[in-house]
Amino acid sequence: MNGLELRGIVVHVGKFVVDDINLTVPAGEYFILMGHTGAGKTLLMKAICGVQPLSGGQVLIDDRDVTDLDPRVRRIGYVPQDSGLFPHLDVRENIGFALDLLGLDTRAAALRVEAMAEEIGIAPLLKRHVRGLSGGERQKVALARALVREPRLLLLDEPVSALDEGTRDDICTLLARVHREHHLTALHICHNRAEAERLGDRVGLMSNGRLVSIETGNPAP
Amino acid sequence: MKTHSVTRSKRRRGLSPFRILCGALLALFVLVILGLVAADVSYLYAKGVSWRHAASLLSQERVLFALRMSVATSLTTLILVMLTAVPVGYALSRYRFPGRALANTVVDVPIVLPPVVIGISLLAFFSFGVGEPIRRALATANLSLVSGLGIVMCQYLMAVSYCIRSVKTAFQGVDPALEQVACVMGCSEWQTFWRVSLPLARNGLIAGGVMSWARAIGVFGPIMVFVGTGPHVLVMPTTLWLELSIGNIETAIVIALIMLTLAGVALTLVHWLSPDGTAV
Repeated sequence: MNGLELRGIVVHVGKFVVDDINLTVPAGEYFILMGHTGAGKTLLMKAICGVQPLSGGQVLIDDRDVTDLDPRVRRIGYVPQDSGLFPHLDVRENIGFALDLLGLDTRAAALRVEAMAEEIGIAPLLKRHVRGLSGGERQKVALARALVREPRLLLLDEPVSALDEGTRDDICTLLARVHREHHLTALHICHNRAEAERLGDRVGLMSNGRLVSIETGNPAP
Repeated sequence: MKTHSVTRSKRRRGLSPFRILCGALLALFVLVILGLVAADVSYLYAKGVSWRHAASLLSQERVLFALRMSVATSLTTLILVMLTAVPVGYALSRYRFPGRALANTVVDVPIVLPPVVIGISLLAFFSFGVGEPIRRALATANLSLVSGLGIVMCQYLMAVSYCIRSVKTAFQGVDPALEQVACVMGCSEWQTFWRVSLPLARNGLIAGGVMSWARAIGVFGPIMVFVGTGPHVLVMPTTLWLELSIGNIETAIVIALIMLTLAGVALTLVHWLSPDGTAV
């Protein structure tokens, strides 16, 4: 089964075009997307999420065509650049944000949030306000928030780019563990070759809106 | 070298001629405004109006009626203004559509219109064409335009544009990426608006509402033209004018002080919500 399949994706934003992207990511694969700034990586990720309209092509998740589906029903876990935490909510509310929408009762939602926080290693942060968190803590909260909804596909947009080396290493180890334990299909945008080779089963290179090459990476054991 | 170093040092401490000029003009402006407020108080003091006398002037039936009418109509206006400004401000801040620039300009028209023109335009609107049947229908339902209804119309038209601008700015300050994250996490457009956009823009919305309310409660020109100064349609600004025109200057100044106090409370609230004043 394919976790993610892109068929001839075309996205127009002004004069820039993400052009004819064809990509198949088998279920459970960790795919890294690299490329210089402005290559169209984030645009492609937003198109997969459904928040960026497509000019053409199809998006399939777990072999199901989701091209015309609302972003909210695609069951994607999304960690945007700069973590995208809601500044008016504390850590617990951020992680539990999606659970309220699923209609879980308060107790069940709280248990799930606590279990996820424990798994990611941020249980002591649950009562903290997100404004006071460090970069690494923010990324962990964003990851917990993305995973708590049990997504079929995990999309990570430069989750460690703005972090110092030690924290980056810590988050990469966490990502590798989470990917392995949750059997997730993951698409991860990054700029760092070492990070890509460490995490990725395969590494794709984008340039000027096109996917120009795909190489095999060296995933962490 | 030494002189140059001293000059630079002074500039770092904020003593450049430019800064002194700006600071002096700011101080002068603040003094003028405070002087105007002080003038009202000192006038009453000079005329020997005690606190008790001022209270008795305020408790006159027509003044109390005007106060009640002003509060009731301005709060009604505030509700209508917010119901309009929130969706319109959100649309102008988020959506790109043909005619957006024109819509932006038209929304701002009441801000630049002389207030009396709004009163005359309302008179003209309800005298013929589309407005005439509306006026007749209202009359059939025993609703006169020379009532609180007319006052609310005037206040609404004077206040709504300010609120839309404030709300638009508040929503522009909400990162669209957060709304996108909410959508991916399972929110519908409505849920994204209620759970993310609205709470994040809350301070700007409240500040816009408060400023609009302060604006509404002070509307004078359009009410004079469209509603008049009948005893059952008096609000504070028109009562102030009437008291002034019959020589009751002390009563007029007491009303003015009440309005100044309300404006002061509104401004304090706005600045409390936005310490740098950017909410408005």
